[in-house]
Amino acid sequence: MPVLEVEGLTRRYGERDALSEVCLTLAEGRTLVVFGPNGAGKTTLLRVLATLLRPHAGSVRVLGSGLPDEAWAVRGRVGLLAHEPLLYRELTAAQNLRYHARLHGVGEERIAELLDAVAMSRRADEPLRTLSRGMVQRIAVARAVLHDPELLLLDEPYANLDPAAIELVSPLIGPASRRTRVVASHDPGRGLAEADVVLGLRAGRPALLAAATSVAPAEITELYR
Amino acid sequence: MSATVGKDAAAPPAQRMAKRVGLGRTVGAVMRKELLVELRTLESVPAMSLFAVTTFVIFHFALNRGSVEGDLASGILWVTLLFAAILGVNRLFVADAEEGGFDGFLLAPVDRSAMLIAKGLTLLVYLLALEIVAVPAFSLLLLGPSVGPALGGLVATLLLADVGIAVIGTMVAAMAVRTRARDLLGPLLSLPLFVPIVIGAARCTAPLLAYAHRTGPSGRWLATLGVYDLVFGLIAYALFDFLLED
Repeated sequence: MPVLEVEGLTRRYGERDALSEVCLTLAEGRTLVVFGPNGAGKTTLLRVLATLLRPHAGSVRVLGSGLPDEAWAVRGRVGLLAHEPLLYRELTAAQNLRYHARLHGVGEERIAELLDAVAMSRRADEPLRTLSRGMVQRIAVARAVLHDPELLLLDEPYANLDPAAIELVSPLIGPASRRTRVVASHDPGRGLAEADVVLGLRAGRPALLAAATSVAPAEITELYR
Repeated sequence: MSATVGKDAAAPPAQRMAKRVGLGRTVGAVMRKELLVELRTLESVPAMSLFAVTTFVIFHFALNRGSVEGDLASGILWVTLLFAAILGVNRLFVADAEEGGFDGFLLAPVDRSAMLIAKGLTLLVYLLALEIVAVPAFSLLLLGPSVGPALGGLVATLLLADVGIAVIGTMVAAMAVRTRARDLLGPLLSLPLFVPIVIGAARCTAPLLAYAHRTGPSGRWLATLGVYDLVFGLIAYALFDFLLED
């Protein structure tokens, strides 16, 4: 049984189809990279897979459970790194991670381990509003993997990160993490290098779905024209 | 269009359930976070308290009397507390909506009712803090009779009314926060639902704040407040999951 099985997924915002007739399958340990211009439906797809949005039509199975009816069985097994860090600006990095650790039943030792991994131990007791966007993104990465999720949903995960920071977070959310991943990206070079499967979206519709080895960078660029 | 990639496409993913976190622990985690945010920002309780004290000062000058008692005192106290409470209700979910806290909570393997209970308890704490400031200020600025002998009945009435305000306030705030007109919708939805609480609480409090024929709060009105709390507690519990849903 694959980790993701999506058949005819449609999701609307009012009258507009944000996603229409999306189909895909992804096996365990593989990476799906989703390309598409702004408003193509990448974030909506990630939010549906994360159980935060209901599909309006089609069938979606995540980690063997059907959405939305069995969403409860998926929660806690998925790690979402979204545009928003899902962290409170007034709390420190340590307080934010402690809050999420409690919600996921994760021990305190994991917090120190992850703060170390993203090189934020020294700034762990400062409110997030005083940190740079890149630092907040590193803490958001720590939050996303805090509970050791089986499936990672990453929305432009390297946004705001400098090359050194990308190197820091790669073992947690990159190919080396050996997790099943769905990555929304605008970077054809990095995206294709990391992908096993490529999905191209245009106006919510799948315009490209293929194994990464058979996709040329020019086909990705074409999606943005 | 469909594609499956990987030799092990037919193999099942590791089947494990996320460890569900107990209701008590979740309520504790959310409440602790709420109080930490409030301690750092001081956005709700100081604003509510300042509003109440300022309103008493305004009543003091507007009524042009040195002191009030009985029905009038009770009415002024409850209307002021209620409007001050609305400031807290309006702020209750703002940080969650603006900073992605809802999503963070919804992704966790927890009972969603924990959010209702934690937010309700947090609002209750805010209301108690408000009353620790507002009741002595009211006594000092407006109230004629001494509040001392009435304290027991007053505390009982305040607690029962606070529970109702906290439950209804949390439910309405959760409804309003996802709308564009949340600052308007919160008070518009909550005020009509608060009316029975004000009636009951004011009826209970009036004899406590009178010079003559001073008696304890009416058992009938206390029971009415209790039943109202219970009914809205059940309604909020039944509705809350849907309010958090997409």
